[in-house]
Amino acid sequence: MTTSEIVMTSAADSAGRATLLSIRNVAKRFGRNVVLRDISLEVAEGEFLTILGESGSGKTTLLRIIAGFETASAGEVWMGDERLDREPPYRRRVNTVFQHYALFPHLTVEQNVAYGLRVAKRPEAEITSRVSEALNKVKMSAHAKSKPSKISGGQQQRVALARALVNRPRLLLLDEPLSALDANLRRQMQVELKSLQREVGISFIFVTHDQEEAMVMSDRIALLRSGELEQVATPREIYGRPATAYAAQFIGHTNLLKGEVRAGVVRCGPLVWSVSLPDGPALFSLRPENVRLATGNPPTAGNVRVRGRVGHRAFHGATELIRVECGDGLVLVARTPASGGTLNDLDLEFSPPDAILVRESPERI
Amino acid sequence: MFSRAYKAAVTLPPLIWVTVFLLMPYLLMFCYSFWSVSASQTIVHSWNFDNYAELLRVDVYWQTLLRSMWIAARVTVFSLVLGYPLAYFLSFYAGRKKDLLYQLVIIPLWVSYLVRAYAWKTILGSDGVLNTLLQYVHLTKHPLEFLLYSPFAVVLTLTHIYTPFAFLPIYAALEHIPRNLVEASHDLGATPGQTFWKVILPLSIPGVVAGATFAFVLSLGDFLAPLLLGGPSGIMISNIVVSLFGAAYNWPLGAAISFCMLLLVVSLLFFSERLEKKWSFS
Repeated sequence: MTTSEIVMTSAADSAGRATLLSIRNVAKRFGRNVVLRDISLEVAEGEFLTILGESGSGKTTLLRIIAGFETASAGEVWMGDERLDREPPYRRRVNTVFQHYALFPHLTVEQNVAYGLRVAKRPEAEITSRVSEALNKVKMSAHAKSKPSKISGGQQQRVALARALVNRPRLLLLDEPLSALDANLRRQMQVELKSLQREVGISFIFVTHDQEEAMVMSDRIALLRSGELEQVATPREIYGRPATAYAAQFIGHTNLLKGEVRAGVVRCGPLVWSVSLPDGPALFSLRPENVRLATGNPPTAGNVRVRGRVGHRAFHGATELIRVECGDGLVLVARTPASGGTLNDLDLEFSPPDAILVRESPERI
Repeated sequence: MFSRAYKAAVTLPPLIWVTVFLLMPYLLMFCYSFWSVSASQTIVHSWNFDNYAELLRVDVYWQTLLRSMWIAARVTVFSLVLGYPLAYFLSFYAGRKKDLLYQLVIIPLWVSYLVRAYAWKTILGSDGVLNTLLQYVHLTKHPLEFLLYSPFAVVLTLTHIYTPFAFLPIYAALEHIPRNLVEASHDLGATPGQTFWKVILPLSIPGVVAGATFAFVLSLGDFLAPLLLGGPSGIMISNIVVSLFGAAYNWPLGAAISFCMLLLVVSLLFFSERLEKKWSFS
């Protein structure tokens, strides 16, 4: 499939994929503690959707509601024309890869993978062939007879994946499955997981707190904050056009510019540019890579230019992030090719369309 | 990390205790089992296997041993049948009442064994609570005689006393089962019943083995319950040992029986240990 490159904003999209799962106005309270409020979200057939959020954002709770381990306090979960949230977990055609894998310690790798087929009372010949096929797919055939305690974390991860996929679920839920792995293995598994998902064509809902992981793997990201959806969009869209200040800050670096609009002109400290917005306060997100070192005179037509004093420089390999104090308390962070320069004062320039209007993200309790 | 002197200071006292109060008496008992009693009621230190031969020859000894094992086996089964569901319910379904219910299971252990045994006596006797009730509601015309002074009374009392001992290790084993395994099982399509048989029960086997061992070993060596409630038909092997060391004044034969029981119990513990290891996966 090549559809993953297509920019999508909703689940039933221009790529023509049908909606598989539909979460409608789901809320969850534990006592007086509100964990999720009014979540509505759709997942398309074959889509890789990531639920991204900090710890305590409610992302795992949302996943557990879909899997059936928690009941929603309000709202509905539908899969096609079947209402899911009233079914017990063992009747849902949904499988989960648990954070700590949850492999059965008394069963071998092979028996673990066969578990779902055994309880479904599939014929033994079918079980054998499907299990060996699944183990092959995750390259674990050599360890078929091992007990889970005898294999490494990465291998357990693959077995957990095979155990879920062998049942051919319509939807696979993954609860921070890579968080226990070290950085290198993690990057490798990200790639493997993504290509496996394309190969099997099953919808994945992947929960993570790692925005980089979300960007690399997802068709769409649902950004969750304190139990509410902040933005649901493709990685490119959420990065390029963040809807809120929180989204802009959580995904990548950004400069948040608090400005005041008067008669079509924004003023933000020493920065002034024209916009077509009503009067009043306005918040803009400006990515550091859109802030360039200005060379030559005069500024490129339409660009905003400001002079400032260099503060901290953070080296990031190919690029570096430079903090520039521009006066009036305004600090701009610019991403530039790493030059090792030692300039004290410099001119910065950005193009007004790169300053994206975002909503404020008020504190929530 | 710790100095030799420190290690010696902490290990020596218990080591001495075990040697003086456990190993030496066992050794003495072992020696006694090869001696005999003369006609003039003195211990003769002549070494032979006569006492062990006597055990096999005289029916009452090995029959009582077999009966004791049969009683202990029944107590074990009933303790597990009562203790397992209780532990399972407490561990998985009791929710917030868990701690309270747990205490309620433990509390009977604070009451003297003797008191509990006597309580059964007043319940089961021919003028006891149960018989009076049965006659009052006209279910029976005469007191049921088999209730007291019978193996039934012994099994009932021992089951009551040792069920918490079977319950505790089972409960501990169930508490140790990671709950995400239960969720994983449901997630893979297993019903609660299938999950119990395929995941929960296998993972709780070490607790069941430990609980069964407790119930069996403790009730096998019990002598109070058969003494108070057993009557002639409910006599157990420990009662014979007690009388051999007391009124009958035949310490050597008593020692021989004790040694056989010790051997039985130790080999049982050995096998249950192996079984527990085989079924533990942590």
